[in-house]
Formats: sequence, C-alpha cells, structure tokens
Amino acid sequence: MKFVRIGALGLAAMLALSACGQSAASPPADPLGVVTVPAGEAIKVAYWGVLSGADSTLGIDSQRGVEIAIDDREGKLLDHDIQLITEDGLCTPEGGATAAQKLAADTTLVALIGSACSDETQGGIKTLTDAGLTTLSPSNTRPAFTFEDRDATFDGYARTAHSDAFQGKAVAEFLYNEQGLRTAATIHDGSAYAEALQQVFTDEFIALGGEVLLQEAVSKGQTDMKPVLTSVAAANPDVLYFPVFIAEGGYIAAQAKEVAGLEDTLLIGSDGMFSPDFITAAGPAAEGMYLSSPNFSAFQDAYASFLDKHRTKYGEDPLSAFHAHAYDAANIVFDAIEAVAIQNDDGSIHIPKQALRDAIFATSDHQGLTGVLSCSPTGDCGAPLIAVYQVTSRETGGEWPPEAPVWPTE
Amino acid sequence: MNRRLVERLTEAAIATFLWSFRLVIVLVVVLGSFLTIVSGKYDLETWVRLAVTGASLGSVYALIALGYTMVYGILRMINFAHGEIFMGGAFAGYFTAVVLDDAGFLNYSPVTALISVAIMIVVAMAISTLLAVLVERLAYRPLRNTPRLVPLIAAIGASFFLQYTFRGFFGPGIYAYPGIDFLSQQAPIPLLTIRWVELLVIVAAVVMMTVLYLFVMRTRIGTAIRAVSEDKSTAALMGIDVNRSIVTTFAVGAAMAGAAGVLYALMFRQVTFFVGFIPGIKAFTAAVLGGIGNVPGAMLGGLFLGEIESIGPVLFLDGLGVPAPSQLKDVIAFTMLVLVLVFRPSGILGERVTKDRA
Repeated sequence: MKFVRIGALGLAAMLALSACGQSAASPPADPLGVVTVPAGEAIKVAYWGVLSGADSTLGIDSQRGVEIAIDDREGKLLDHDIQLITEDGLCTPEGGATAAQKLAADTTLVALIGSACSDETQGGIKTLTDAGLTTLSPSNTRPAFTFEDRDATFDGYARTAHSDAFQGKAVAEFLYNEQGLRTAATIHDGSAYAEALQQVFTDEFIALGGEVLLQEAVSKGQTDMKPVLTSVAAANPDVLYFPVFIAEGGYIAAQAKEVAGLEDTLLIGSDGMFSPDFITAAGPAAEGMYLSSPNFSAFQDAYASFLDKHRTKYGEDPLSAFHAHAYDAANIVFDAIEAVAIQNDDGSIHIPKQALRDAIFATSDHQGLTGVLSCSPTGDCGAPLIAVYQVTSRETGGEWPPEAPVWPTE
Repeated sequence: MNRRLVERLTEAAIATFLWSFRLVIVLVVVLGSFLTIVSGKYDLETWVRLAVTGASLGSVYALIALGYTMVYGILRMINFAHGEIFMGGAFAGYFTAVVLDDAGFLNYSPVTALISVAIMIVVAMAISTLLAVLVERLAYRPLRNTPRLVPLIAAIGASFFLQYTFRGFFGPGIYAYPGIDFLSQQAPIPLLTIRWVELLVIVAAVVMMTVLYLFVMRTRIGTAIRAVSEDKSTAALMGIDVNRSIVTTFAVGAAMAGAAGVLYALMFRQVTFFVGFIPGIKAFTAAVLGGIGNVPGAMLGGLFLGEIESIGPVLFLDGLGVPAPSQLKDVIAFTMLVLVLVFRPSGILGERVTKDRA
C-alpha cells in the first residue's frame, strides 16, 4: 500500500514536472547564455554607430538601411515586433566603448548591427564579445578585423562591408594602371580606418612599381592643413591620397587649391568622404577629385527598389555609401534569429546566443542587395567590389550620388 | 643635519631635471630648425607662405584672446564660454553670407565682396555681443562675490549650454560659408604670396586691435575698465560704475570674438556647433602665453601661437626625420607654451609677480 502510494505520488510528480517543461519551457543550455523574449514583447536589436557630428551621415545612412529592412518584414519577426534601439559611437574608440558598455548591459538585447567607424569597433568589441553578443558591421573596413589570425576579442564580430585590403588595392590599381601615375603621397588622420587603408594603398602601389614619397598625418579636428600640404607640395607627388573623414577631408580638399605646388596633383579620397556633406565642406574645390567607394552599379537589381523605398520613406537619396550593406546585415541577423530561435507554446521565444553567433557566421549564399553573400569563419561576409567615382560640377552643384563610376568601366 | 642635506639634494635634483628639460627642448628646436633649413627642401617662398598663414591664424587667435584677457583682468575669472561666443559670431556670419549670396550681392564684384564681409562682421559682432551680455547677466553677475571656483564652473556650464543650444537649433552637421571668389585670389603684393582673404584677416585684426587698444587707453570708459581691473572696490569708491565697466568689457571682448568668428570661417569655410571649442582653448593658451590680463600680451601671444603652429612642425621636426610631423602640431604648440611659462611664469608681457624661479 505504502509503495503504491509512493509510486503514485512519484508518477504524479513526474507528470507535473513534464507538463511544466512544455508550457513554461526551460531555456536550452548555451555557453553564452540565452535571451528570452516573452510573449507579446519585442525582439530587441541595436544599431550602434556615429550619429552626430561631422560624420553623422555615415551612421544615419546605415541606420536607415536597417530601418528599411525592418519595414520589409513589416516590423515583425517570428510573430514578435522588432524593436530597434540606437547608440551613438561618435566615430571614436572612447565613444564606441561607451556605446558598447551601455548595450552589453542590456540583457534583453539579441544582436547588433554596427559599428559605423572602425575606431568605434576598436573601442567596443571586447565588451560585446565578452557579453556573448554578436555584431555585424555594415561599414567597418579596417582589414585586421577579419584577418585569419584575429584574436578572440573579435569572436562576436562580422561585417558585410568590404575589407580595405581590397579598397587600397583598387585605388592603387586605378592610379597606377588607369591614370598612369607613378609617385604618390598619403595623408591619414590617425584613425584605425585611415591609417590601415593608406598603408594598404602604399604597399600595393609600391608592389605595382610606383613610389610613395611621403606618408603624412593630421589629427582629428585639425582645421589648418596648410603646413602638411606644404610638406606634400615640397615632395611634388603626382597624386595625393587622403582617405580621411568628412571634416578633415573637406579642409584638405579646400586648402589644397590654395597651396602652390599642388595645382597638378590629382586628389583622391575614399568611402569615409563619400557623402554630400563632404561636397558641402570642400565646396567648389572638390570638383575634379576622385572618391573610391563600394561599386553601386554592381549591386543586385533589387537595389533599385530599395532606392525607391528610401526616397519614399526619407524624402531624399541615401546620404553615404553603406546603406545597402546595412540592409544586408540586418537581414542576415534576422534570418539567423529565425533559424536558431526556439518557439515555445506560450508565445515566448528563446534565442541562444552562441547558436545565433554560429548561424550568422555560417551564412552562405544569402541573396543580398550588395551581392550573394557568404560569411567566412573570421567574419568576412562582404562582396568586395570597389569603384572609383569622380566629383564633377554635377555633384558640386548639389546632385548626389555620382551616377556612374569612372573605373572600372563595364 | 641629515634632513637638511636630503632637502638640498632634492632641490638640486629637481633643479637639474627642470634645467635638462628646458635644455632638451631648446636643443630639439635649434637642431631641428638648423637641419631643416640646411636640407634646402623648402625654399624661402614656402617659409614666407607658412609665415603668412601663421600670421592670419594668429590674428584670429589674438582677437579671441583679447576677450579672455580683458575679462580676466576685470573679474579675475576665465570666461570659458568665450569660445562659444566666437562660434555664435561664426554662425551669424554664415546666415548673413547666405542671405547676401542669394541676393547675388556677395560675388558681384570685389567691392561688393568687401562690403559683404563688412556687413557680416558687423552682424556677427552684434550677435556675439548680445550673447556675451546675456551670459554675463544671467550666469556671472549673480556669482560676483562667490569663491573663484564657482564662476569658473558656471562658465563651463554656460559653454556647454551655448554649444548644445546651437546644436539644438542648427543640428550637428557642417555649415559651409558660400565661396567668395574674389577672396581666394592672390593679392598683388610684391615678395609675399598672400591671398586676399589672409590679407583681409590680418588687416581687419590689426585695425580692430588698434581700435581696442586706443579704446582701453584713451577713452574714459577704457580708463574706468582699467581702474576696475586694478582695484574694484577703490574704483567704486571713486564713483566709477563697476557694473557698466564689466558689461562693457564683456561686450567689447565679445565683439572681437564675433569678428574673429567671421574671419576664421572665411579662411576655413566649415562651421559646426563645435567649432569654438579648440580655437577657444588655443586662444586661452595664447592669452596666458602673452600674460593674462595684459592686452598687448594677448595680441602677441595669439600671433606667436599662430606662427608656431604653422611653422613649428615643419621647421623643428622635419629636419630631425620625424615622420608625419604635422600630427604633432598641437604637441609643439603646447610645449612652447610650457617652455615660455617655465622661463617667464607670468607670460611674455606679464608682470613678474614673484622673484622665485618656476
């Protein structure tokens, strides 16, 4: 009798426990933890990047790409709303570190898209990786972030932007082969992006047979560029490559015209300046200079409808170069969430963070705007097609972006 | 006996360190300059051009520094919001320039260009003066008799307030002055490669500084200001309206800063809500360099700082083979500040307050 009673109690207990197990679903085990989104609550993703200051167009442009990606899903993922929060990284390592700390402290955050500037990632990635979060950057281009031998602090980092290993090479090829120039000088601004890009360019240009006469630098926030431009003029290069950001680029372009000795020097910058704000900052002096950037003409056909949606929603053309990359990054993240989320009967979902990270890195043949994207084990998901555009009187007159690249010509 | 020995040894060690520090810097400066000049990489025309740029930038710093030095003289406080007064003038000049450009007046001919610049400067001076008088009335006057630290913090707060108010109204983006074609051309001065805009900046600054100097030295209000600067309570006893002198000081200093804002923006084109921050710091440095509280000292300090920033990196470091010396522009400028203060603690034209060495 006693045993039967104990047995019956035990059976009842087991049944009760298993019933609990189905309705209030215990989260799966995951080395990085699990984010539980209760029924009726939103799936929270964050965009972090530079949203204020001279380079705000870079971050705002990417944020808009993410917002359009959310709109295309009608704001919903797995029957939950998608909530987008934003943090400003200020395009500095300190800003990136602060933004990353704020976001890492939020335990309901599922994944991130960002950052915008390579400096921000430099400052903030450790905090994010340590918190088990994964971030997919639409516009960081510093090569070292996705090197084979990158260290464990970058385990949570991937990007849909190209690596500057390609952009520096493309610029070198354009100047050496297409323009036939043999001597160059570079100016960087000490940032993670500019310093790496001009170094890649230097190495590639020398490998092609050219000569880099001078590698100069300015500081962020510097306004008077005449001394550094005077040094460059003294070296007398065929071309001056200054892959810096909008404010410093504007000063350099405007003042290069005022320094004797640089009249015949070709000026070329890169995607950090690919924005109508740069044309405003540099003024008419920008006419005739070149800018390298992702090749918009090589984007998929769906890009045209993206532009229409952008114009309808924001009333203007995109402000910078990485909106499509941000759109693709957002979609890769959402697809990965869909793949690994465990949906429970009561409407809540569990998202295991390591599984999400693995799913993002395992992305292959994703049909994106920028191309058919596959992520490498070290986070390179981009389709690296770079073009060089020229700033003509059309752009200095207010039309943006330039219509077609001058190189490569199809 | 032992303690006395230790004290003397410590003193000797500190003295040796200070002297070797000064010596090293002087050596770097002299050796670097010598090597750069001897290398012959830069011809005389280049140096003249750099000197001209330095003079124009230095004139702007001098105009801003005047505001700092006069307010310090009369109130013994550093008006940290002065950089934002400068920024306000730059914005006012921007909107005036846009209006004039839309009307076609700006670029019609060299004469209209100069008249436009004059209008822009007057508007900027008016707006800056208004801002400064408001700040003085609301943030500084209530704190007249508080310990020195309190108005300082209030000044920093006023600085942030002005920055973010402008940001709130005008956004964080870049506003670029419309181009004035006439000013970008070379001025036909023999022996000097100088553009009209640089000439304009230097001449305008010199004229304004001369007017200010005469104002401070020859007019009754100027004398009143100097009296209040020397001894506030005695001046009050002599029947001088202290409040009026203080407000006049703020107004005059702000007018200089407003004009400096327009001149700076004519040279560099870009204006943002943050444009006053670094020139404000540099001008404050220049005021200290020349002797804080001393009007000619501020002018001298500004010019000195501008020239060092322009010529310094190339002259001192290029010869020593330092890569990318322009990145160290600020390092050089502030090291020069330290060096000058080490040798003359009260600034170049400041009074010797004490006979002890630094």
